[in-house]
Amino acid sequence: MTAPQLATKFRNTSMSLEFSADAQKKIAALCDRYPSKQPVVLAALHLAQKEHGHLSDDALRLVARTLDLPYAHVYGVATFYTMFRREPGGAQTIRMCTNISCMLRGGYEVLEAFESKLGLKRGQSNAKFTLVEEECIAVCDKAPCAVVGTKYFYDITPAQVSDIIAELEREPHPEGEVV
Amino acid sequence: MPTQIGTKLVTARFGDEKARTLAGYEATGGYSILRKALAMTPDQITNEVKASNLRGRGGAGFATGVKWGFVPKDAKEVHLVCNCDESEPGTCKDRLLVYWDPHLLIEGMIIAAHALKAKHNYIYIRGEMMREYAVLQGAVREAYSRGYLGENILGTGITIHLTVHRGAGAYICGEETALLNSLEGLRGQPRLKPPFPAIKGLFGNPTIVNNVETLMNVPFIVDKGGQWFNDLGVGRSGGTRIVCVSGHVNKPGVFELPMGITFNQIINDVCGGVWKGRKAKAVIPGGVSMPPLDADELDVPCEFDALQTDERIKPVMVRPGQQFDLGGGRALRTMAGSGGVVVLDDSTDIPKAVWRIMKFFAHESCGQCTPCREGTGWLEKVSRRVADGHGKPDDIELLSSIAHGIAGNTICALGDAAAWPMLGFLTKFRPDFEAKLRKQAA
Repeated sequence: MTAPQLATKFRNTSMSLEFSADAQKKIAALCDRYPSKQPVVLAALHLAQKEHGHLSDDALRLVARTLDLPYAHVYGVATFYTMFRREPGGAQTIRMCTNISCMLRGGYEVLEAFESKLGLKRGQSNAKFTLVEEECIAVCDKAPCAVVGTKYFYDITPAQVSDIIAELEREPHPEGEVV
Repeated sequence: MPTQIGTKLVTARFGDEKARTLAGYEATGGYSILRKALAMTPDQITNEVKASNLRGRGGAGFATGVKWGFVPKDAKEVHLVCNCDESEPGTCKDRLLVYWDPHLLIEGMIIAAHALKAKHNYIYIRGEMMREYAVLQGAVREAYSRGYLGENILGTGITIHLTVHRGAGAYICGEETALLNSLEGLRGQPRLKPPFPAIKGLFGNPTIVNNVETLMNVPFIVDKGGQWFNDLGVGRSGGTRIVCVSGHVNKPGVFELPMGITFNQIINDVCGGVWKGRKAKAVIPGGVSMPPLDADELDVPCEFDALQTDERIKPVMVRPGQQFDLGGGRALRTMAGSGGVVVLDDSTDIPKAVWRIMKFFAHESCGQCTPCREGTGWLEKVSRRVADGHGKPDDIELLSSIAHGIAGNTICALGDAAAWPMLGFLTKFRPDFEAKLRKQAA
């Protein structure tokens, strides 16, 4: 690796990504709500993921530079939380719960139906969808349940999965919509 | 609609679309109690909350007024943080509370912040609750625009700010010190206690962390008095209790019920009985972290103290003949936890259900303490092979020994939360595990 490449890799010097004006405004407003910039890191990571699709090294550098934080700190935070992705994913994320209450009412059968209809295994993505086997999403009374952005699907049966996918294609709910 | 049993407080506006807006909330009496509270001194409010016997609805059931009383009197800056990181499997109340009545939470928080003299306050909401995040943000904006939040609220000279802080996917952030680290922009790993947050919490300042349902009860206490609230409950537990019932019942749901209701009443009178004409085999009383009840233990009330001490509940054993010791020889029965009641019918594959619970804890361990990081992974692997019919003859003893090695040996309660149900299921459903191993041997 050449010296300039090393500098790009290990320091907050890359200028390849930027936040939109809207995101910059949101981050500045949030910084006023805390005694330092560090607490804004989760919100900034959500915004970076919304605007750049996933949290590449450059996206982490962008967050680090924006909040005056070390790259290593931002990397540590980004890799702790499950909603942040380091690799590109689908435009929408289907979070299908299989935890105890959903499992007792057929959650795994619904997840398998999603896998076969989407042609994806849990954890995989195509351009349109990422399919996630989610831990409890607090909809236990209407199990099995999935959440896609702000949209919940209740009491799902495997037979309904095709309709749900068709509905999401007509009316998408990307996770960035509320960031 | 669910069966109406007793008084409804925090769920009274459920289903009323209009009441979700500021105008609708005010039209049904909203923010009128705040005016009364702002005319009271902080100590007067705290004393009413103490008298109410309101206990934390997030899991531990600690007395809210007592917790508030721990904040040092000479503190320069205090914070109130609402824990809306609901993710305990089987629990689905805070998400609904926030969706249906966001302003009741805000009113409760303003009153609590006044009692604690807290200026900068936060709601930590779970990252996956995107719909509810938008609802809360809108409601906070409305409250600011009407002068309920901000500087000099309602002309009283009191300043109270409220910020909604969104997480990003981590069960452990429901643990209060992990939540504070996450709020500070760190990895969500729990802190060693003491110091407790009430002494040294967010940004190094005294901080009170309360659950959504807990804070939403505060306006009713200020309105009608601590004694009135206490009298609604039983024993040392004031008020009503939200119970989230899921699993194998005919009518699952989220119900606000009298504190003294028994599990049999919940299943049969509120939820229309066990589905498909079957019988209950096991009931998880308060989220998957809590040891289960068996079919003979369901006449016990769903109340904090009863679940810990009622002798009709068999104590959790480490292995036959060795009782689990909570410290000082105290027996572990179970706990009311977060109100998540999961009913498992008599056709349930218990080892498989236990594996799914262990898979959850293995996924959610933050990795900080070795007994939990390694132990939850082992519990998941061993319980999976037992459930799948590939268990080894000593696996039941192995599961006991791993769980016992985790319990009490970690910084936070997640380790106990994995170990207790493991030991609890082995105590009460041992024949189910033995049958799996026998079937395999044959």
